[in-house]
Amino acid sequence: MKEVKKKLKTLGEDVLKDINQKKNPDIDIPIRSLSNVIYDEKTKQLSLGNKVSKRYLFNVAHAKRFMQTLLVASLCKELQDEKIHTSLRDLFYALKRTLPNSEENTFDEQKESDPIIVDLEVMLDVLREQLHLNADVRGRVVGNVVIKDRGDLINWSKLGSGGWAIPSNVEEITLKKVNAKYILVIEKNAAFERLHEDKFWQKQKCILVTTQGQAARGPRRLIQRLSTEYKLPVYVFTDADSYGWYIYSVLKYGSISLAHISERLGCPTAKFIGLTISDIDEFKLEGFTIKARDVDIKRAREMLKYDWFKHPAWQKELKLMIQRKVKAELEALSGRSLKFMTEVYLPTKIKKKEFLP
Amino acid sequence: MIEKPGKTAEDLAREQKQVAVSEFFEKNRHLLGYDNPTRALLTVVKELVDNSLDACEESRILPRIWIEIKSNGPDRFRVMTKDNGPGMTDKQIPLALGKLLYGSKFFKLRQSRGTQGIGASGAILYSQLTTGKPTTIISSTGKGKTSYYELMIDVKKNEPEIISHQFIEDGKVWHGMKVEMEIEGRYIESRKSVPEYIKQVAIANPYANITFDGPSEKLEFPRSANELPPLPKEIKPHPHGVELGILRRMLKATKYRTVTSFLTNDFSRIGGGTAKEICELAGIDPKVSPQRLEIGDSEKLFKAMQKVKMIRPPTDCLSPLKENLLVKGLKKEFNAEFYAAVTRPPEVYRGNPFQVEAAIAYGGELPEEGTVKIMRLTNRVPLMYQEGDCAITKSIATTDWRRYGLSQSGRSIPVGPAVIVVHLASVWVPYISESKQAIASYPVIIKEIKLALQEIGRRLQRHVGGKRRAEMQRKRKEIFDRYLPEVANAVAKLTGRKSEPILNKLKGIIKKSVKVLVDEGSKEKTENTG
Repeated sequence: MKEVKKKLKTLGEDVLKDINQKKNPDIDIPIRSLSNVIYDEKTKQLSLGNKVSKRYLFNVAHAKRFMQTLLVASLCKELQDEKIHTSLRDLFYALKRTLPNSEENTFDEQKESDPIIVDLEVMLDVLREQLHLNADVRGRVVGNVVIKDRGDLINWSKLGSGGWAIPSNVEEITLKKVNAKYILVIEKNAAFERLHEDKFWQKQKCILVTTQGQAARGPRRLIQRLSTEYKLPVYVFTDADSYGWYIYSVLKYGSISLAHISERLGCPTAKFIGLTISDIDEFKLEGFTIKARDVDIKRAREMLKYDWFKHPAWQKELKLMIQRKVKAELEALSGRSLKFMTEVYLPTKIKKKEFLP
Repeated sequence: MIEKPGKTAEDLAREQKQVAVSEFFEKNRHLLGYDNPTRALLTVVKELVDNSLDACEESRILPRIWIEIKSNGPDRFRVMTKDNGPGMTDKQIPLALGKLLYGSKFFKLRQSRGTQGIGASGAILYSQLTTGKPTTIISSTGKGKTSYYELMIDVKKNEPEIISHQFIEDGKVWHGMKVEMEIEGRYIESRKSVPEYIKQVAIANPYANITFDGPSEKLEFPRSANELPPLPKEIKPHPHGVELGILRRMLKATKYRTVTSFLTNDFSRIGGGTAKEICELAGIDPKVSPQRLEIGDSEKLFKAMQKVKMIRPPTDCLSPLKENLLVKGLKKEFNAEFYAAVTRPPEVYRGNPFQVEAAIAYGGELPEEGTVKIMRLTNRVPLMYQEGDCAITKSIATTDWRRYGLSQSGRSIPVGPAVIVVHLASVWVPYISESKQAIASYPVIIKEIKLALQEIGRRLQRHVGGKRRAEMQRKRKEIFDRYLPEVANAVAKLTGRKSEPILNKLKGIIKKSVKVLVDEGSKEKTENTG
């Protein structure tokens, strides 16, 4: 991690150089919004453009965030020096205090420090895990895999009903033994529980991962490592609605807000297994759909315009959803029968290779 | 025996006038400012001080005035004023002070404080009516002779009643006048009080040195200017500014023998041609004697004079205070941070020249709360009563002060740490009543006052704007002062250096260029480095 240390030091040196030259010190921060996000057709990844915003010290509108940025950076330097890790919330509390002779705080809410951490990641081109900051812990995994984490050997097939909770930082984990044909990523915990109980991973020789909603960094990085290091296909299984499909797109291409680390987190080979609006007819789920809300429709209309949803198959699904104003949750499959997902739906899809790109 | 009708009418008029003067005063005290004991005391002081200031200015003497008010029993006061003016000749004293409506100011038009010939004699009459005592007058014209009078007024005859008269032969050479009387009155120390009046007199006449020795306090108002404003020139009335009653009195009093010479000599802006035109229009023989004009003819003459076009009256009869004296006056009494004054060019209402001035004092030690303090002046005399009816108050309330940096709700007096002075100088100030406390709202007068107010408003706004910018600058510096130690510490930690020198350098940058403190826009600047 010497590289991270060096980058933090360089940040300080750059500011110091401005100060020594009696200039108004500034920091360049790449812009993280759709206007500066580029979709690369070839690499199938979202990446950041070259637009940066300048944050000045001697500008009333910037001064506080300039100060906050340097405070976060200097704390990250401490974490590096002390070789300790901390959570985002801990970092907020470690920096929050009242400025002398005033009633102003360095930070009032964690909402202020969190975006600055992302600023630093983008500026320095490092992951927050490398800054020794732990992201949310979310996501679990089961399968025929043995790993080594902080000296402990862990067998994902012998962890009972719960499976292994994926930590936020999986960089230091070594994959010892992997015995699987593909990875199935499931949006929802309930569906994961169902498949785990039905021993789907044993029958199908696969790894089951649940992201529990939008995928956190730990699971994303883990999926990417498994798929690249062992050349395993990745199939993503979400609700048939705009939000579920967006979860898939984040896993595959990266997200707008974290476009800078798509290459570390994205999994361009991932394929979408379901659910789709077309599935409603194909698998006779008509009676188990729910009405799409206005926000779902609105989101779908936005996604129609995204470059990475321009494939005709996706355009068709999005339009179908807008047209029919319906959506279907993974649980809809249980409407047919409790084991319909395990015994009919997934095997059929995999067998027929009925995937969306 | 039948007398000529004209003479009879004249005699009658004279008799009627004499009866009217005393009765008029007794029955209409309120119209002249003697309606209650508090106001009466103020009016007595005002009339005596007005006379002193007028006399000094006419003789080009920097005024030195002493005012003394001492309690002399319940609701009784002894009032004394003394000045360093030219004084009065022994003969003149009983005529000038013991007779109402005596005065040289009557048919002459000049910007002066008093115009009615009631002033000081009215005060003597009031003293006599309320206490029955004579007024003492001591005066010398600087020739080693001092006159001493005790005067009353014979109310029935409107003639001075000399109670005592003597010369004081003490060899002292001085000039000036001292008047001392006892009156019924009430002394208060609030807003419309004698001390407040004298304070405003001091502001309006910054070249006067005034000492006030009151029942409970002694105040000194030293002069802050050593030059007198120029003596206003006397002008004859402009035909458009004359009223029928005055025209009739002028017709009786003129020394000219024909209407033509009366018109051309007793008025301004009338030449032979215009006089002829007026007579033709009125259907009057231009050669007839003015005294012999019938009542109906004088009305025809009056109407014709209003109809005929003629050039405006001359305006050199006005003597405004000017910016310098206005500001000096304000500075003397108010410790403010900003002063501005403006003098408008002369204007004319109904044939009468007038000129408006306005001044403002802002900030400093002036109270932030409450409405601004308003000082209304006419011919350098402060007006104390009937504020709400006055054209000045109305003009202030209908000016939008919010744009100039004062708060104001609707059409009301603005709120803020300010004193606003408006001075109207005119040969004939249009008061709404005889007590001379409020200016009538002629549109042209309102317009001039508002123009003057807007100008001082704009200057105030520039000042307040600059002050606000400075305040912003100060707040910004405060912000940076708070953040700089944090930034210095963080940079020190990141680079492994000491924070002290970094902080000092940052402070140096702030000091060096205030320019960087100016907001460069609220959004972080976007640029393409690609």
